[in-house]
Amino acid sequence: MSTATTRKLVTIITESALEHNLVDDFGRLGARGYTITNARGKGHRGVRDADWSTSSNIRVEVICGEQVAETIVAYLQKHYYKDYAMIIFMTDVEVMRSKKF
Amino acid sequence: MTSLDPIVLFFIFGLTAGILRSELRLPPAIYEGLTVLLLISIGLKGGIELAKQPFAELVGPIFTVMLMGFLLPLVAYPVLLYVGRFKRPDAASIAAHYGSVSVGTFAVAVAYLSSQDINYESYMSLMVVILEVPAILVGIILARGISRETRWGRLSHEILLGKGVVLLVGGMLIGWVAGPEGVEPIAPLFFDLFKAILALFLLEMGLIAASQVSSLRRYGLFLVGFGILFPLFSAVVGGWLGLMLGMSTGGTMMLATLAASGSYIAVPAAMRLTVPEANPTLSISVSLGVTFPFNIVVGIPLYLQFANWLHSL
Repeated sequence: MSTATTRKLVTIITESALEHNLVDDFGRLGARGYTITNARGKGHRGVRDADWSTSSNIRVEVICGEQVAETIVAYLQKHYYKDYAMIIFMTDVEVMRSKKF
Repeated sequence: MTSLDPIVLFFIFGLTAGILRSELRLPPAIYEGLTVLLLISIGLKGGIELAKQPFAELVGPIFTVMLMGFLLPLVAYPVLLYVGRFKRPDAASIAAHYGSVSVGTFAVAVAYLSSQDINYESYMSLMVVILEVPAILVGIILARGISRETRWGRLSHEILLGKGVVLLVGGMLIGWVAGPEGVEPIAPLFFDLFKAILALFLLEMGLIAASQVSSLRRYGLFLVGFGILFPLFSAVVGGWLGLMLGMSTGGTMMLATLAASGSYIAVPAAMRLTVPEANPTLSISVSLGVTFPFNIVVGIPLYLQFANWLHSL
């Protein structure tokens, strides 16, 4: 039974300080849901090891239509890229219940 | 006998283990839990005492302390900007850290005075709450003026409903409503174990402070000097204000300690959101890596001597 539809998965890895801001942004930009997990790693802003609240990272995943995905990515790039540690990448995913996203 | 206080030894233990790069770490959830216990204990204690006090007597101290919270960052800012040659957002952010307070330092001062049997004004925990806010506002305005880009709604939510303020105020209200007898059944955990909880908390704080030392090396001597000299200046201001307000020796010492302490929880979070161009490692490493250890080990006993001296004049 193949009812799968293609959607975009936008993954954002950034500073946990931004969590509340991002959640606000997603609502306004049309995402219907998101998943946030704590993350650790290393990038050009150094090791972010979650030892201390200011050095902890989150990984945010949003599944949405292509247009919303592009709006989100453009918005985040404009507002946060300059001053915050932030990585964004996008992939296609197959979802079963397309109405949810 | 001051340096032999076990809680200070726990801090030095953590600091040493951290500098030697030991694997030692408290689990993050335990550290969070200890913070919650400390904040509620301080709130409860303040609330019980506050109930005995007519509110009208508090108005003068509240306004004076609030004014101090606005003024201290205004003094720190030009020093950082012109002497330290920091960029404007960095200078503003560090200044904000030093106008605000550290609850950890306050807790150690509470334990220190109680071990010496010195009383202090009961409204001091209220002052901790009051001092959280003004410096953050000054810092934001120094960095960017009154800008429409600042999300003031989100920011005030972040400051006023942050964990620290909520737990302190909640504890205070419970202590106030329940009174000394009402709180008795929970006293073993919150009051009798206060020093043990504080000792564990300081162990972790020592480890965290040690992790800031390496970033300090990059920023050089000015920051280290600032992290010690500015708190000393602030302590003089705080102590003098305490004397002017007619506080007891203990209260004068407390206000000096509050003035001298620098924030490392509420202000960093607020600054990261509102002044993102400021480098967060700068302010955190000086506040946590220099000022916090200095106040715990040297500052607190020193501020008591200073308060004694002020009152003997």
